[in-house]
Amino acid sequence: MIPVLQARELTRHYSVSSGLLKPRVLVKALDGVSFDLEAGKTLAIVGESGCGKSTLARQLTMIETPDAGTLIIDGQDAAKANRKQLNAIRAKVQIVFQNPYSSLNPRQKIGAQLGEALTIHTNLNAAGREARVRAIMERVGLRHEHYYRYPHMFSGGQRQRIAIARAMMLNPKIVVADEPTSALDVSIQAQVLNLFMDLQDEFNTAYVFISHNLSLVEHVADSVLVMYLGRVVEQGDKSRIYSSPLHPYTKALLSATPCIFPEDRPARIKIVGELPSPLDPPAGCAFHKRCPYVQTRCTTEVPALRPVNGGVVACHRVEEIQVGEQQAPSTRT
Amino acid sequence: MSLLEIQNLSVSFGPEAQPFKAVDGLTLSVQQGEVTGIVGESGSGKSVTMMAIMGLLESQGRITADRLRFAGQDLLSMSARERRKITGKSMSMVFQDPMASLNPSYTVGYQIMEVLKVHLGLRGSALRARALALLELVEIPAAASRLQAYPHQLSGGMSQRVAIAIAIACNPTLLIADEPTTALDVTIQAQIMDLLVSLQKTQNMALVLITHDLAVVAEVAQHVTVMYAGQAVEMGKVPDMFRHPQHPYTQALLKAIPEHNKGEIRLSTLPGMVPGQYDRPTGCLVAPRCAYAADRCRQQRPELTLTDLGAVRCFYPISSLETP
Amino acid sequence: MINAGTGNEAVEATQTFTYPSPFRAFWSGFSANRGAVIGLAFMLLVLFCALFAPLLGLHDPIEQFRDASLLPPAWYLEGTWTYPLGTDEVGRDLLSRLCFGARVSLLVGLCAVLMSLIPGVALGLAAGFFPKVTGKLIMRAMDIMMALPALLLAVAIMSILGQGIINAMIAIAIVALPGYVRLVRASVSMELGRDYVIASRMNGAGLLRLMFLTVLPNCLAPLIVHATLSFSSAILEVAALGFLGFGVQPPTAEWGTMLAAARDYMDRAWWVVTLPGVTILLSVLAINLIGDGLRDTLDPKLKRVA
Repeated sequence: MIPVLQARELTRHYSVSSGLLKPRVLVKALDGVSFDLEAGKTLAIVGESGCGKSTLARQLTMIETPDAGTLIIDGQDAAKANRKQLNAIRAKVQIVFQNPYSSLNPRQKIGAQLGEALTIHTNLNAAGREARVRAIMERVGLRHEHYYRYPHMFSGGQRQRIAIARAMMLNPKIVVADEPTSALDVSIQAQVLNLFMDLQDEFNTAYVFISHNLSLVEHVADSVLVMYLGRVVEQGDKSRIYSSPLHPYTKALLSATPCIFPEDRPARIKIVGELPSPLDPPAGCAFHKRCPYVQTRCTTEVPALRPVNGGVVACHRVEEIQVGEQQAPSTRT
Repeated sequence: MSLLEIQNLSVSFGPEAQPFKAVDGLTLSVQQGEVTGIVGESGSGKSVTMMAIMGLLESQGRITADRLRFAGQDLLSMSARERRKITGKSMSMVFQDPMASLNPSYTVGYQIMEVLKVHLGLRGSALRARALALLELVEIPAAASRLQAYPHQLSGGMSQRVAIAIAIACNPTLLIADEPTTALDVTIQAQIMDLLVSLQKTQNMALVLITHDLAVVAEVAQHVTVMYAGQAVEMGKVPDMFRHPQHPYTQALLKAIPEHNKGEIRLSTLPGMVPGQYDRPTGCLVAPRCAYAADRCRQQRPELTLTDLGAVRCFYPISSLETP
Repeated sequence: MINAGTGNEAVEATQTFTYPSPFRAFWSGFSANRGAVIGLAFMLLVLFCALFAPLLGLHDPIEQFRDASLLPPAWYLEGTWTYPLGTDEVGRDLLSRLCFGARVSLLVGLCAVLMSLIPGVALGLAAGFFPKVTGKLIMRAMDIMMALPALLLAVAIMSILGQGIINAMIAIAIVALPGYVRLVRASVSMELGRDYVIASRMNGAGLLRLMFLTVLPNCLAPLIVHATLSFSSAILEVAALGFLGFGVQPPTAEWGTMLAAARDYMDRAWWVVTLPGVTILLSVLAINLIGDGLRDTLDPKLKRVA
C-alpha cells in the first residue's frame, strides 16, 4: 500500500540577522525529518516550542518549500510538479489551525468562506456549491441558519467545527491539524476530537496531528514522531512509545504530563534548564544540556536516528539506559 | 480561623436591569498552608472570583457577599488604600501569560524592586540583595545578570519565574495562581508547578490554583472546587473527589479526558456548551447538558448541600458507592 | 449514561440565538456615543443645506445688493430678516453664501478623499503584498512626499497646475495620499500573517481574490476612520488654499475665500469673518466627532461567544 504522504529528509533553514553589523545566523528550523503516512492513519508530531513542528506543518501544506529533501504527496513529488499538478496536490492537503479566533475571515459569512474552495477548484454553480457546503455543515454539527452568520457569532468549539468543515470541503487526502483543540475547553475538546475521528473513518483521511498534549496524542495517534530542535529524536508506533519510551526526552515528556490517578503516573524525571534557542543550538546532541544521562560523547557528536529494539531513536546511550531500567524499574506514587 | 473566608460571593456585570452574574453565591474557605484548586471551563467565573477578591474589579463589577474576610479583615468594607496595602504584600497573584503581566518597558529587576520598595520600604543595597535572593529562590540561573534583562529578552518559563518572584517578594500568606502554566511548554510547566509547590511548602503559604486542567489539580492540591457558569457545583478533597465524583458535571469532565478513555475509540462527551450571558436556563444550570436531568432539575435551582465528602449542588448526586 | 457521541444533538437545537446584522450592530455601537451622534446630526444639516441650497429660497450667493452692504445679522437693530446673517462688503447675503459654500466644501472634501483613497488603497495593497522590492519603492516615495509640509506641497502643486477647484482637489489628494498608503500597507501586512489568509491560499485563491476579497475587507475599519478624518482635513485645506488666494476664485462662495476677503473688515463687521470661520470650525469638529465614534465602534470585536 503506497503511503499517501512520504517525507524524506525534509530540511528548512532560515537566515536571520543577529544584529546590525553581525553576520547572519542560520537557524535550522527543520533538519532532516522523514516519515511515511498511510491513508486513514494518524501521525502525531510531538514537541515543545522551537522543535520545528510548525515549520514542518508549513512544509507539508506547501506554504513553504523545503530547502532540501523530498515531499511526495499521493505519488506526486511536490518539487517536480508543474503548475497544474501543484494545484491538484494543493487540494489534497488541508490544514486546521490552532487558534479558532483567527483562522476564519472575520468579514466573510461562513457560507461564503466554506464555498471558496469549491469556487476555485470546481465548476459547480452557486446552487451546487451551497448544497455541498450545507451538507458538510450538517455533517460537522452546524445548523442551517449558521450559513449566513459571521465568525464572531460562534463559540470557539463551533469555530473549530467550521475550520474542520473548511478543511474537508475538497475531501483531501491529508489533513494537517496544528493543535486543533488546545484552545478549547475540555468538554468541547472531546466533541471536536470525536468529530475528527468520525470524519477520518468516513473519508479515510490521513491526519498529521501536531500536539504537545501527550494524553491526547495517546488517544488519537497511530504513530508518533517526537521532535527536538528541528530533529527527530524518536519515532514509532504509538503503543510502543507509550509503553516503553526509549529516548530520555520522550520519557521526560511523558513524566511531565500530569495525570489524575496516581497509578498512571510514570517515574518522574526532572529536567532542568530551558529549551534551547534555535539561534544558538548546543553542539552534539541538542538535548545534552538537559539530559540526565549525558556523557562526553553527547556533547560533541550528533546522534543519528537508528533502529533500536523495535523503535527508531537518536540517542547514543539508549541501550545502556534500557539495561539500567530493566535492573531497577521505578514508578512514582 | 480560615485565612480566606468567602461566603455567598456574587459578582455582577452589565446594566442593573439585566445583570450578568459572573459569580453566583460562591462559598469557599482557604486555610493557611494548603493548596486549593478551583477548576472550571471558560465562563465558569473562576478568574472573576479571584479578581474580585484582589480588588481588581472595582470599576466594572458589582461585588456582594455575606462575608469576605482575609486574615480576619473584612475586604468589603475596606477602602481602596487599605486594600492596596494588602494586595501584593500579604495576598498576591500570578497570572497566566507572563509576557502580558510583566511591564515590557521596565527591567525585571526594576519590577521586583518596585514591589519591595512600596510594600517593605527597602532601599539601596538591602533592596538589591533581596531582589537577587528572590531570583535565586525561583531558580533562575545567573540571577545577577538577569536583573538588567527586559521581559522580552527572557523565555516564557523564565518570565513566569520572575512573575512568581514578584508575587512572593513580600512573603505573602496567600498566593493566587491563575492558570500559571497554561501558556508554557510541557517540560517547563512541570518545572514551574514544582517550583510553586515547593515555595508553597517552604513559605507556608496558602495557594489557590485556578485552572481548567483537572490533572494538575489532582497532582498538587488538597481541596478542589468545581465551578460551572458562575456557581460552585462540587467541592471536595483530593483524591476522593476524583475517585468518586458526586456531581454529574464533574463525572462528565473526568470522563471526557483522554486519560480516562484509554483504549476507547471515541471520547465520552458532554453535549452542548456552557451557557452564555443570555441563555442561562431556569433551573439547574447544568440540566441542559446533563444525562441524568429530571423535571425537577429543569424547574428549580439546587442549593449547595454539604455531604461527608464535601459539598455538591445537585438534586440527585451520584452516590459514592457507584463506580464512576 | 452519558454515551459517546459527537455532541451535536438536541441540545443545540433547543438553544436559539438571534444576531443583529452588522449594520444594526454598528449603529447600536455608534449611537451610544453622544458626541458622534451630535456630529452626525450637524453634518446632515450641512449636507441638507448643501444639497437643497437652490431650493431653499435663498438669495443668489453672488448677487450683490450694493445698498445693503455690511449689514449686521438679523438680531441686531440695523439688521433685517431679509438677510438673516447679514451681508458682506459688497452686499452679498451671508447665509446663502454659507449654504452654497457648503456645496463647494463638501464636494471638494468628498472628491479629494476619493482621489486619494482609491490610489492609496491600490498602492498600499501592492506594497503589502510585495514587500521586498515594490513595497520598498512605494514606501520610500511616500516618505519623501510626507517630508514636505502639507500646505506648502499643495501650494506648490497648484502653482504648477493653475487655479481652480479641480486643481485644488488634486493638490489635496496628492498631499493626503501617503497617509492612506501607509495605513493600508500596515493593515495588509498585519492581516497577511493571519491563519485565515493562509487557509485561503491553501484553497488556491489567486492574487486578486486574496487582495480584494480576503484581505481588504479586514482593513476597512481604520481606513474608514482615516477617510472621515481626512474629509475634515480636506475642508480645512481647501479653506486654507482659498484664504491664500489659490483654489476657488471669486465670486464663487467658499468658506475659506470668504474668510480671506473679510480680513480687512474684522473690526467693523465681525460677522463677515466670524460666521464663515465658525462654520468651518463646527464642520471640522462635527466630522472629527463622527470619526471618533467610528473608531470606537469599528474597533475589532474579538471573541464574541454565543
